[in-house]
Amino acid sequence: MADLSVRIGNLLLKNPVMTASGTFGYGVEYADFIDLSRLGGIIVKGTTMAPREGNPYPRMAETPMGMLNAVGIQNKGARYFAEKIYPTIKDIDTNMIVNVSGSDIDSYVAAAGVIDELDRIPAIELNISCPNVRQGGMAFGVSAKAAAEVVEAVRKAYRKTLIVKLSPNVTDIVSIAKAVEDAGADSVSLINTLLGMAVNAETRKPILSTVTGGMSGPAVKPVALRMVWQVAQAVKIPVVGLGGIMTATDAVEFLLAGATAVEIGTANFVDPTVSVKVVDGIADYLQRHDMKSVNEIIGGLET
Amino acid sequence: MQQIMKKHVCDLTVAEAVWLHERCILLKLTRDEVLPPMKAGQFAEVRIDDTPGVLLRRPISIHRVVREKNELWLLVQTVGRGTQRLAMLQNGDVLNVMLPLGNGFTLPESPCRTLLVGGGVGVAPLLQLGVELRALGMRPTFLLGARTANDVLQMREFGQVGEVCVTTEDGSMGESGFVTQHSLLKRKDTFDRIYCCGPKPMMMAVARYAHEHEVWCEVSLENRMACGLGACLCCVEKTKEGHRCVCTDGPVFNICDLTWPI
Repeated sequence: MADLSVRIGNLLLKNPVMTASGTFGYGVEYADFIDLSRLGGIIVKGTTMAPREGNPYPRMAETPMGMLNAVGIQNKGARYFAEKIYPTIKDIDTNMIVNVSGSDIDSYVAAAGVIDELDRIPAIELNISCPNVRQGGMAFGVSAKAAAEVVEAVRKAYRKTLIVKLSPNVTDIVSIAKAVEDAGADSVSLINTLLGMAVNAETRKPILSTVTGGMSGPAVKPVALRMVWQVAQAVKIPVVGLGGIMTATDAVEFLLAGATAVEIGTANFVDPTVSVKVVDGIADYLQRHDMKSVNEIIGGLET
Repeated sequence: MQQIMKKHVCDLTVAEAVWLHERCILLKLTRDEVLPPMKAGQFAEVRIDDTPGVLLRRPISIHRVVREKNELWLLVQTVGRGTQRLAMLQNGDVLNVMLPLGNGFTLPESPCRTLLVGGGVGVAPLLQLGVELRALGMRPTFLLGARTANDVLQMREFGQVGEVCVTTEDGSMGESGFVTQHSLLKRKDTFDRIYCCGPKPMMMAVARYAHEHEVWCEVSLENRMACGLGACLCCVEKTKEGHRCVCTDGPVFNICDLTWPI
C-alpha cells in the first residue's frame, strides 16, 4: 500500500485526512461509527479562554447542497478543556489538535498558552476566521495586518505546530496567507465558512437568530478549491484544504490543488463514517495511479 | 437517567409504507439482522438520497419497535423536500438510518397514572412509550390533539395500548378545541406523570398545566439539527444549566430543567 503520511511543521500525520473543527465534537461522539485512530488528525471544537454560551437558537439552516451555522463558538473555556475533556481524549491514537479562538490578542495568547501545556496536543489551529462572533474572530482574519499581529503574539507564546485557519470572506486571501506565514505560522488551513444568510419568506424573518451565518458543505467547494490553489502557489508553508469535501475524489482534488492535508467537515453530518472512507479512497486512488506516496499528488495539478 | 446505547448507521428496508392521510406516511422498516436496542423517545437520523439540493439527514422519532417482526416504525409528515422524498418510498426501498439517538423518556420506577399528550405528528413517540409503560403494568391515557378528525393518527394502535381521548380544533372528532381544553384535565389530581410531544406552543401549554398542578412532566423537543450526535451544537435548547443539545441531552427534557416562561 502507498505511503499516506504527510508532514505539517513538526507534525507527522499518518494520512492527510483530518476532521474539521465544530463538525466532529471531541472525536468521541463518532467513536461508535469509526476507529478514530485511522484518521490523520482530529481538530476539536473551537476553544476560547473564557467559557462561551454561543448564539441563541436557531443556529442552523439547510441551504441547497450546504448549510449555514451560527453556533458562535459555544465552549466551556480552555481551562475546562484542559482539566475535564483533555484527560478523556488524550489517548486517542491520532493527532488531537485544538482549534483556538479569541476576542482580542490577549485572549488568543492566553488560550494558546493553556493548550501548550497539554503534552498530547501537538498542534493548534488558530481560528482567526469565525464569522459568528461579533467581537474579534473574523475581524482578525480579514486584514493582513491584524492577522499578522495575532499570529506573531501567539507564535511567541506557543511552541508547537501552529496552523492558522483563514477566512474566505476577504478580497485577497493570498496577502493574508503571506502575512500569516511571515508572522511565524507553520501552516494555514482554509477555508472557514463563507458568510451567508437565509430568509423565511412566509414569516418574513431570518432563519438564524444572528441573521447571518457561516456557509459550508458541497456548495462551497469550488470557492475553497480556488483559494487553496491560489494560496498554495504563494506560500512555502504547507496548506490544509477544506470546504465541502464529501468524497475521496474531492479530497484528491484539494491535494492536487496544493493542499498537503485536508479536513472533512459538514460531510460528517451526512455520513458519520465518511472520514475513513476518504482515507481508503485516497489509498485506492494512489494504487490505481501506481503511486508510492501521497506526496506525489500534492500540488500535482497540471495547468 | 440517561442510558447510553451504542449508535449504529445501517441500511433498513421498507417492509411496508402506509399512507395515514395525505400528508402523513407510516414506514415499517426491517432488515435481516436483529434491530439494535432502542427505546421510546429516541430518534433516528434518516439520510435523504437522490433529492436535489437536500444535504442533511432528517431526525424522525421512533414510533414503534415491533420486536416479533423485527420492525422499526417511523411516522413521517411531509413538510419539505426531505420528508416528501421519504414519503415516496415504496416496499423494498432501502433507507440509511443512524440510530438510536438521544436519551428517550424516563420510565417510572413503580406503576403510576400516566398521561401521554400528543399533537399532530408529535404523537409518534407516544405509541412506543405507551407500549413500554404497558409492559411495566400501567395502562396509560393518551390525549391526542389534531386539527381535524382526518389528522388524528393511529387511533387503533393507541387504543390497543391504553385509553384514548381526542381533541380536534374543528370538533370533527372527540372534544372541540386544544388538548389543554379537554375535560380530562379539568378533573382534579388525576395524573402522576405527563409526557408530551407536539408543536412547541402546545407543549408549552401542557407544561404550564403541569407546572400549575405540580405534575411531573417531560416534553420531547424537535429543534432544527444537523449532526444528531452532539458535535455541531446547532440544536441547542436553553436550560437552567445553559445551552444543551436536543440531540444528545434531549430530545426529552423535564420541564423543570427548561427555561420556558410557564
